[in-house]
Amino acid sequence: MDIRRILRSLSASPGISGYEGCAADVIESACPWIDESRRDTLGNLIMLKRGSGPEPRPKIMLAAHMDEIGLIITKIEKEGFVRFTTIGGFDPRVLLAQEVTAHGRQSVHGIIGAKPPHVQDPKERSKTVPLEDMFIDFGFASEQEAAAVLTVGDPITMRRSAVDLQGSYMAGKAMDDRAGAAAMLECLKQLNRMEHTADIYATATVQEEVGLRGAVTSSYGIVPDLAIALDAGFGDMPGVPDSDTIQIGHGPGIAIGPHVHPKLFEAVKRTAEEWNIRYSLEPSPLPGGTDTFAIQVARAGVPTILLSIPVRYMHTPVETLNYSDVAAAGKLLAMFTASVENGFVEGLLCY
Amino acid sequence: MLLAQLTDACGGPGHEEQVRNLLRPEVTPLADEIRTDAMGNLIAVRKGPKGNPHVMLAAHMDEVCLMVTSIEKNGMLRFRPVGGIDPRVLVAKSVAVGSKQIAGVIGAKPIHQQQASERERPMPVDQLYIDLGCTSRDDAGRLVNIGDYAYFTTKYEQLNGQLSKGKAFDDRAGCSMLLDLLRRDHNVAISAAFTVQEEVGLRGAATAAYDIQPDLAVALEATAAADTPGAPDHKHATTLGGGPCLTFMDRSVIPNPKLVRRLQTLAQQHGIPFQMRRNTAGGTDAGSISLSRTGVPSAVLALPCRYIHSPVSLLSRADYHHAVELMSAFLHSLAESEVDSL
Repeated sequence: MDIRRILRSLSASPGISGYEGCAADVIESACPWIDESRRDTLGNLIMLKRGSGPEPRPKIMLAAHMDEIGLIITKIEKEGFVRFTTIGGFDPRVLLAQEVTAHGRQSVHGIIGAKPPHVQDPKERSKTVPLEDMFIDFGFASEQEAAAVLTVGDPITMRRSAVDLQGSYMAGKAMDDRAGAAAMLECLKQLNRMEHTADIYATATVQEEVGLRGAVTSSYGIVPDLAIALDAGFGDMPGVPDSDTIQIGHGPGIAIGPHVHPKLFEAVKRTAEEWNIRYSLEPSPLPGGTDTFAIQVARAGVPTILLSIPVRYMHTPVETLNYSDVAAAGKLLAMFTASVENGFVEGLLCY
Repeated sequence: MLLAQLTDACGGPGHEEQVRNLLRPEVTPLADEIRTDAMGNLIAVRKGPKGNPHVMLAAHMDEVCLMVTSIEKNGMLRFRPVGGIDPRVLVAKSVAVGSKQIAGVIGAKPIHQQQASERERPMPVDQLYIDLGCTSRDDAGRLVNIGDYAYFTTKYEQLNGQLSKGKAFDDRAGCSMLLDLLRRDHNVAISAAFTVQEEVGLRGAATAAYDIQPDLAVALEATAAADTPGAPDHKHATTLGGGPCLTFMDRSVIPNPKLVRRLQTLAQQHGIPFQMRRNTAGGTDAGSISLSRTGVPSAVLALPCRYIHSPVSLLSRADYHHAVELMSAFLHSLAESEVDSL
């Protein structure tokens, strides 16, 4: 199974926060390497791959969020145009002239428009178009026509298929964090050919973009001995200092910060070095932006670590990554999780 | 549908070859004579009876696009718009660069790494770049050259009801209408000019009109529709679905009043909806054709088009159909006219 192709289809799948069902179906159907799978009350997809060790086996939670940022309908205008707000952090400047799909009674395609430049005065033209002045044009001729298909609260996703750029670069929507989900699948695929003691709970979480919510309930349900979150990290790009990014095409970032267990950090780093897997260090002084932060404080606490796939142009419809980083993250995850035994897990609790 | 192929094709000003190559085999069996000129205009001649007027119909093949102006050390491409593009629509779009149509994206700084004040200002073109996934100037230089054009990658598609979505309806819609008109028999001499370089100053039409020496001319165009929220009614230059648009004046031409009157009357007689363009901005090939040699009576018939000059625009197929019907009625009427009556 070519996981790069699965990432392409995952990138195109709709699934804004709270509406991840479709993305979950794609992930589940792409994953023949598991023993069982379930979905919890919030919609988290939890896939268990059992280890070969005697019980009780260590429980490792892998977490990649499957929700994407998107839009939601707030009003249907008399003329059939649709007003919207954002779910998750969108820079309104990236939204103009994007093609979108609204998921109502049926799926319909439209375009994000704004007052045309030639009817704007020069002062307006030198300003950003505010979100509340944008609208979506689905080609409906009236409110009635639009209301037959769409209603306030319907989710809207960017409409864009991932494109292959040069080398292993790909650009598309929702790479944050479908790239993490792809790395998780790469890991399961490799583990399938390996011996591993621990039980692996590969979890595609919901509602990360609106406050790490799926990670809260899924980690409570799994009760992991340790957890590894996979998320998109800021890839290097012009106009952003190198100190705030990780280099794209040079392997995953291993985060350092209060949300990372020091022994887990050392062990993962050592695994990367043993297997010659390239990685960058990603200092995270503000650790609140990923599932790691929620999982760490589940129940009585969980040792956590974060692997970051470098992604450029984060939170735009053209999030760009290098697939080699996804593959490297998958390999690092597999090598590390295969090495985890009860003794290591016990050691994590000794401060 | 040829409109789909025509809009998906890429043809920036001076590089209209893809469009020309699509049109030429379609036009050839419909014409008595076919030629291209030094600029690259494609001219198809349909002979008609002597004594009737010889009409030039013009539609431009070129579209607005971007030009690669430098290749940076890190492999990123700097660019500038060719023709009028609002830089605000460029952010976070995918493009195809150069004759090999290399895939690229125009990225933007993550919202998390911006100051709040940055978001109040549009991103200026000189801060944008195209990312091909190349990591060095050498890498990128093997794929693209300075001066290459980059195009939006939007694909033609039919949306709800009567609407079509695509890029470059300005003016591939005109090219497609012109082709549809050539497929009908009007018993009048027509020179169909598929022109080049309209978007940079109506340049192809100038040499085509000199060559053709028509008695009169109509430019078939796409024009901005502003019938959207935020634009007050009096600024709705044209309305999508309101019928083809006639122009009384734009930046380049005051169309011949008798021609405009004749088109209005014909529309009324045939029950074809039409609208006057309520705006004088923009220029059309009619501008340069009207000034050819000692002057040519000229008019403009345009399709209203929402989000024109952006990566993705909308037109109404009903408007398209009505425009072809109106032009066809006009050509029939010419077959019964003397040159001097104009």
